[in-house]
Amino acid sequence: MERLRVLALNSTYDESFIRQVEMESGQQISRCYQCGNCGASCNYTCVYDYPVNQIMRLIQLGQKEVVLSSRAIWLCAACTACTTRCPCNIEVTKIMETLRVMSLEEGTVSLKDVELFYKEFLRSLKNFGRVFEAGLLPLVNLRIGRPFNDMELAPLVFKGRKIHLFPSFIKGRKEISAIFDRFESWRRKKEDLS
Amino acid sequence: MRIGVFVCQCGTNIASTVDTERVAQEVKKLPDVVYTTTYMYTCSEPGQQEIQRAIEEHNLQGVVVAACSPRMHEPTFRRAVEKAGLNRYMFEMANIREHVSWVSNDREANTKKAIELVRMAVAKLRFNQPLFPSRVAINKRVMVIGGGVAGIQAALDCADAGLDVVLVERRTSIGGKMAQLDKTFPTIDCSSCILGPKMVDVAQKENITLHAYSEIESVSGYVGNFAVRVRKKATYVDWKACTGCGVCMEKCPSRKVPDEFNEGLSFTRAINIPFPQAIPKKATINRSYCIYFTKGKCGICAKVCPAKAIRYDMTDEVVTEEVGAIIVATGYDLFDPSAYGEYGAGQYRDVITGIQYERILSASGPFGGHIKRPSDGREPKDVVFIACVGSRDASVGRPYCSGVCCMYIAKQAILTKDHIPNSRSYVFYMDIRSPAKNYDEFVRRAQEEYGVQYIRGRVGKIYPRGDRLVVQGMDTLLGIQVEVEADLVVLATGIEASRGARELAEKLHISYDQYGFFMENHPKLRPVETNTAGIYLAGVCQGPKDIPASVAQGSAAAAKVLALFARDTIETSPQVASVTERACIACGKCIEVCPYGAIRWKELKGGVRKAEVITTVCQGCGLCNATCPPKAIQLQHATDNQILAEIEELCA
Repeated sequence: MERLRVLALNSTYDESFIRQVEMESGQQISRCYQCGNCGASCNYTCVYDYPVNQIMRLIQLGQKEVVLSSRAIWLCAACTACTTRCPCNIEVTKIMETLRVMSLEEGTVSLKDVELFYKEFLRSLKNFGRVFEAGLLPLVNLRIGRPFNDMELAPLVFKGRKIHLFPSFIKGRKEISAIFDRFESWRRKKEDLS
Repeated sequence: MRIGVFVCQCGTNIASTVDTERVAQEVKKLPDVVYTTTYMYTCSEPGQQEIQRAIEEHNLQGVVVAACSPRMHEPTFRRAVEKAGLNRYMFEMANIREHVSWVSNDREANTKKAIELVRMAVAKLRFNQPLFPSRVAINKRVMVIGGGVAGIQAALDCADAGLDVVLVERRTSIGGKMAQLDKTFPTIDCSSCILGPKMVDVAQKENITLHAYSEIESVSGYVGNFAVRVRKKATYVDWKACTGCGVCMEKCPSRKVPDEFNEGLSFTRAINIPFPQAIPKKATINRSYCIYFTKGKCGICAKVCPAKAIRYDMTDEVVTEEVGAIIVATGYDLFDPSAYGEYGAGQYRDVITGIQYERILSASGPFGGHIKRPSDGREPKDVVFIACVGSRDASVGRPYCSGVCCMYIAKQAILTKDHIPNSRSYVFYMDIRSPAKNYDEFVRRAQEEYGVQYIRGRVGKIYPRGDRLVVQGMDTLLGIQVEVEADLVVLATGIEASRGARELAEKLHISYDQYGFFMENHPKLRPVETNTAGIYLAGVCQGPKDIPASVAQGSAAAAKVLALFARDTIETSPQVASVTERACIACGKCIEVCPYGAIRWKELKGGVRKAEVITTVCQGCGLCNATCPPKAIQLQHATDNQILAEIEELCA
């Protein structure tokens, strides 16, 4: 990531971005007083480009572009440590989720691999009713061009019965699939309208 | 009746959203209203003179001022009309600021509502009667509740002025939280060295009666004449005989009693004197640990006591103290940090609170003034302080700043370096709040002279590594997660309202805020007065503050009491209930509901009973009026007729 040099606050401030984040996440951004507890609690601060509290700060400053193209929002594991510890009762996890969706919609996803994983994950869910890891993981590995990614873990997870060789066909698969179809048609309608 | 109406513009406060001219013109049309005008600031000196001039010129018999809330200026205007020769109760106020102009920007609706409110005030005024206060004698004794530094200061100031003072303290010694502190910021004065002489003064003043180990049972009466029932809890030691020699404490076989004064860091005995400088220096038996009380046999203290002062059969005693004023100085308690699971307070022994660290630093503390870790007694090398534990944190219900932690952390970090020169201190903080004389310089000294490492950010979690603790936090200035391996972690626990504060407030009929701090009458202009006349506040019971501010409030409250007692009698409000004997059916419902005990039976000729109001006790709450089936009991200045007239005018 390129480091910001000087931030021209009035020309880059995007008020509508703040309102949209607030509306879609249901959180009030101005409540954050920058104590840094989210960043202190986060397990991935070490790999983020901006620690969580800085993401919050950037939203407060209306920095849509910087936030939506950041790596941090895609590296977030949604573990909710930030939300648990926030003294201001802000559901930071929800905000991160909102930012991922917005980033997808804006087409500013910084980590294409992660985007691909999310998409394949949902596809697997739609097809089998629950995620079929043994199929999902090699597929993602192939598509990101690293076929042996994390392969050394395979014996461990099979032995520990963490994942299974064959998909489990659960009851109500069709209904789950229908949820995705309904969402798709709703989205298309929404796009047509706009 | 000839009525004058004065519509105040309050600069632009009212005039910007209310058409005051139209209000004046509209109400001019009402019957009885002979004069109306608007004025920029009616409460100002010329504004008041304008009212007085109009009363004289137009021969007014009643006045309505449409302005702000009566809370602030009703007394002002009552005095003004009284100077012009009217009775002060021939005056009514319509609140068109807090209830109208500040609420909405809709000028049309505001103006309409303002007209309605003034019409109601005029309708009520037509039924107003001149009322006259009565006078009662003031009992010039004062009670101070709470023997911390604020209460001590208030008691001493009152006693110095020659008043009889009754000081009530919940614990077995006065001194409060300040007695537990090692040093005080920003001067590093020894806390017990500056407080000790004041405590001794309390004991030596002939005109201070001290009830230690006592709590307030109930309060009745009113300004000038309160009666307070005080429960003196059983100490099982005759304090008149006890010399405080401490032999009982030495010989007591029950040795595993958590020492409250040392914040649980050491043990004391079942019979104990809390600390060497205690006032009164008398022993008390802790029943739940005493072997005589728990197992039925022991009695060693009774055998060894040279003064024969032990009384196992002692019971609580309730005494009634009659006083003319009460100063409440009940102090505070500290936040229980176990709410922060991630900090491990109570789980890791080397994670302690600020007040525990004070005891560790103190020469009379559990380790004789040597800094040691509670877990293994080792001297710490790296000490981490965490600010805002239970302060500025909405998630634990404490969104307010405790106001003292920034300063006591700086002090403790400095003292740590003084005790252990090769130690390193780290402070995790959000903001440094040091806005008083020499405070910021003190914090700078901690950083510049003592090399205390200040890290801007909160701490996420604490976990053990070997026999040390890893503090994982954030340096928000760098945007990098940091960790510090510490031997000792001090949580700067914040201030919260004292246990039992709400119950006491209800006994005293004073208000408290959502956190349990007692409410002052006005946050700026009446900071030590409560809403109940004759009851004053001092110290942290009113809100977080440090020692200088608490002492200043103690003196301020004493000054208020002295001003009250400068007169021999006091005017009582005539806005009280009164009984129309013809209509009274002697059902006694009013006597049952009166919260002040202000109504009693009166025997007429032939054994007929009627209710009678003790006007000096009545607070004018109106409960009796609302309860009385034939409406025989009426509240003066708020009679049914007056209220109905207002409603009728509104509905007309």
